[in-house]
Amino acid sequence: MSDSHELSRRDFIKVTTGIVGGLIGAIIGLPSVYYLIAPALREGGKEAWIPIGKFEDMQIGVPYPFSFTRVQVNGWERTASSFGGYAVRKSDDPNDLFILNSRCTHLACTVNWSAEAEAFLCPCHDAKFSIAGEVLDGPPPRALDVYEEHRVTEEGIIEIFFKES
Amino acid sequence: MWKNIYLWLDERIGFNDLNKNLLDRPEPKTTWWNTLGSASLFLFVLQGLTGIFLTVYYTPSPDHAYDSVQYIMEGVAFGWLIRGIHHWGATLMVILVFIHMLRVFYTASFKYPRELTWLIGIGLFLTTLGMGFTGYLLPWNQKAFWATTVGTQIAGTAPYIGEFILKALRGGPDLSALTLQRFFSAHIWMIPAALAGLIGVHLFLIIKHGESHFPTKDD
Repeated sequence: MSDSHELSRRDFIKVTTGIVGGLIGAIIGLPSVYYLIAPALREGGKEAWIPIGKFEDMQIGVPYPFSFTRVQVNGWERTASSFGGYAVRKSDDPNDLFILNSRCTHLACTVNWSAEAEAFLCPCHDAKFSIAGEVLDGPPPRALDVYEEHRVTEEGIIEIFFKES
Repeated sequence: MWKNIYLWLDERIGFNDLNKNLLDRPEPKTTWWNTLGSASLFLFVLQGLTGIFLTVYYTPSPDHAYDSVQYIMEGVAFGWLIRGIHHWGATLMVILVFIHMLRVFYTASFKYPRELTWLIGIGLFLTTLGMGFTGYLLPWNQKAFWATTVGTQIAGTAPYIGEFILKALRGGPDLSALTLQRFFSAHIWMIPAALAGLIGVHLFLIIKHGESHFPTKDD
């Protein structure tokens, strides 16, 4: 009885309330956080070969524009996202070309080829890229991204390898 | 340093007074029946929190309401838990608020000087029912649709102003997108705001008057 560590009735209630409250809070609180961030933890990353155009249609030294859409299920809806770029052919060799992603490396607007300026221009913040994708002017931190892998089919169609984020 | 922060805050807020007036109030001899009000308050907070979380995914549109609820139940991590708590908490809250009301009635706790606390309590009971009524439609399934059809039709049987009430509730003569939208608005903004305000006054009056004694045989 005369234990000096003895809890008073009040302190017992306080401690019990604290523990039970903490437990309830944790049991509901932690799943709630997970519930909120769940979409950010979903794995995407579907891969595909996308045809972008016939090799013979592409002129040497003139960026060849292409675009395609990918459909992804987000929540209870299918969302179509547009992607695009420019294939720039350098010689008669079907493998001697590079394929630029038209997504601006600054803040993801879409750049357009301007024959007048002989550059890719971004409408959002006046970025300017050379035909090779290098930054000529404006705020972008790096050159335009390149679709690294491409192949030529038997029918002479260029396909790029695309991986969803 | 923590002690200094505590002292700085204490000087301006007065934790001692708060504690004495809010948590350390003198109480008459109490039973578990006296905890129903606090339990209702707890459920209100719980419903508020889970409700806020549900709005992250729920869409109040006839095209998407049903699918978004299905997505919460099956597609989102712990969505079933959040919605489950909200669903069962709603049922429990109506029951608890009602038993709380019965307790106050049977122990005659509504008498002077607590009449106003009682009247506001009636308002709290009605707004709680309103939350139940409006929330029931939101999943937009068959049960929700027909329950609201019937519920609003009943309101429509009032003499003279019945048709007006029915149209005002539904946002037109039919159950439509407007109905879902206004029930949603009522469910997450209007009624909770009224409920929170009434709870504030209710609590203030309880703290002002203290808990009532249960009547003895002599009373």
